[in-house]
Amino acid sequence: MTIANQQNVATPVAREDLLRIEHLKVEYLAGRGSVRAVDDVTFSVGKGEVIGLAGESGSGKSTIAQAILRILQPPAIITGGHVYFEGKDVLAMSDRQLRDFRWEGVSMVFQSAMNSLSPVATIGMQIVDGIQAHRKVSDSEARRMAAELLEIVGIEGNRIDSYPHQLSGGMRQRAVIAIALALQPPLMIMDEPTTALDVVVQREILAKITELKEQFGFSILFITHDMSLLVEISDRIAIMYAGEIIEMAPSRELFEHPLHPYTQGLMESFPALTGPRRKLEGIPGSPPDLISPPSGCRFHPRCPKRFGPCDSVRTKLVEVRPGHLVACHLYAEEFASAIQRDAPRSEVADGQ
Amino acid sequence: MASSNQVANDLVMDVRGLTKRFPVGGPRDKREVHAVQDATFSIPRQEIVTLVGESGSGKSTTARLIARLIEPTEGEILYNGVDILKNEKNASLSYRSDVQMVFQDPFGSLNPAHTVEYILERPLKIHKKTRGRKETRDRIYELLDTVGLGPAAEVAAKFPYELSGGQRQRVAFARALSVEPKVMLADEPVSMLDVSIRAGVLNLMKRLADEQGLSFLYITHDIASARYIADKTNVMYAGRMVESAESTELVEKPAHPYTKLLLSAVPNPHAGLRTREVHTRGEIPSLIDPPPGCPFAPRCPHVMPVCREVMPPPVTISPGHWVRCHLYDGEPLDSVGT
Repeated sequence: MTIANQQNVATPVAREDLLRIEHLKVEYLAGRGSVRAVDDVTFSVGKGEVIGLAGESGSGKSTIAQAILRILQPPAIITGGHVYFEGKDVLAMSDRQLRDFRWEGVSMVFQSAMNSLSPVATIGMQIVDGIQAHRKVSDSEARRMAAELLEIVGIEGNRIDSYPHQLSGGMRQRAVIAIALALQPPLMIMDEPTTALDVVVQREILAKITELKEQFGFSILFITHDMSLLVEISDRIAIMYAGEIIEMAPSRELFEHPLHPYTQGLMESFPALTGPRRKLEGIPGSPPDLISPPSGCRFHPRCPKRFGPCDSVRTKLVEVRPGHLVACHLYAEEFASAIQRDAPRSEVADGQ
Repeated sequence: MASSNQVANDLVMDVRGLTKRFPVGGPRDKREVHAVQDATFSIPRQEIVTLVGESGSGKSTTARLIARLIEPTEGEILYNGVDILKNEKNASLSYRSDVQMVFQDPFGSLNPAHTVEYILERPLKIHKKTRGRKETRDRIYELLDTVGLGPAAEVAAKFPYELSGGQRQRVAFARALSVEPKVMLADEPVSMLDVSIRAGVLNLMKRLADEQGLSFLYITHDIASARYIADKTNVMYAGRMVESAESTELVEKPAHPYTKLLLSAVPNPHAGLRTREVHTRGEIPSLIDPPPGCPFAPRCPHVMPVCREVMPPPVTISPGHWVRCHLYDGEPLDSVGT
């Protein structure tokens, strides 16, 4: 993807964007060479919007979250691109500015967050800590706020002096969300926030998150590999594969008309609870080694619809339907004639 | 469920009243965790039977009891009609090869210090399934081929870290297959795999049942995948089996309030994007010396006074579909105890 492609990627009204990521590149310097974990990723999160970031392990979705907060540790380094938050360049922030940006601007609920609580402090102490690090409030005031936050996420206020081990997994997860809410940041990043939980608890927490979002109006960047979950909760979904966004669309549109063969494969990978029992095909092969990613389109070795240019020409993310972007040669005009020659057109036009 | 005597021949595994209590606490404070209570179900030949439930429901303990990794407190395990708990004080080598287990974590269940070839060679040698180097190697290649890993020679020379999660899980299946088992106990075999390769592993299980005549106990928390591959689904809650039916029927006509809750909680974009209400609060109760009555009573939206006092007996509500809930009247199911 090149800079020239930018106009296709940009959303029409840039002013309303809360977070804008442009051409972000993150590399891990490994012994065998560098791994480009995030490669030229561009997207934005609007005010009050829920953006879902989906992909398999190693696709770079968690790395993006860490890059936004600038909490990547060497050997991971940001090698290019920009992150703008409320118009400010995050990558140019000083340590002092970062301190305010983190938690007041963007808070994060980490993967297996229930284990990210300190085992030796009560949950009340941990919430108070977060508040007092950023706001000048008295101990009693901070404690009152902590109790209120716990009530908000559905934990009884009298559990404020409980230690994490005295709480169930679901309650710990709620406590972590309470901490992330403490300073009412405009953006919350949630990295697999419910993956370790049972479905019933997961459903309760998602309902709570949705309710809080309506109440406080924050935006969410929701990261998960669970497509069915994402389709339910997100406004828009970006699908990542091998460090790149390969498709992005409003969630209903993506679910009903997936265009990229990888997305189509993902949608065919999880069994449905309703409808006829069909054979699931899954996707053959496994995600590539990013030290030596495949040439051309990175998905081509696994792609059932590959044709002429796929193994040599890199793909570009282009808008093919309103708000629906896809990086696939099947939809590129310059290869339309090649498709006609190599593949049955009807298959290509699926979902159009 | 038909009466067990007449169809005993078609049931590879017939589990009755299986119970496991783990002692906890000190000498002055003896308590017991009631991990599995009165689990009763059967696995017909060549079929896939599922135990579905949340963490702590006792589904993995049930599999470990059947594999005889731990000994049950009470109950019977009839394997091909023979009560193996009575017959074999310690599980015989033949039982251990007939009943194989595949674990959840393919990163933890394969020895990282050995190649795939070594990992597959061990059970062949221990159970004396092959003779000589050539036969062993041919069999290893055949196994890798069966589970869809190839080219066999290349894969055999690899160490587990060189394989993806899905490939590792296939090696785990190949290892279990190496001793020519009759029953496979698969404990959450896909839950740690990437979405795009889960279907492949599920299809593998289905193929092994259809083509090689294997019977499966598939343990999962994902009721949609149970519907996808299983012939019969049993729902467990807090150590108890609460409902059992043919998989499609269970999903389409759930009877127990817990089963309904579980189904309403599953993300299901096919059903539309509405945010569904979940009509309950609270979590699985403590299994340490649980109170009498239905374990779901504290969370149940339809709870009645009797629910907190008396454990409901299992009743048949339609052929092959039973439920353990006071809301239902039906034929008592004698093969499932009370």
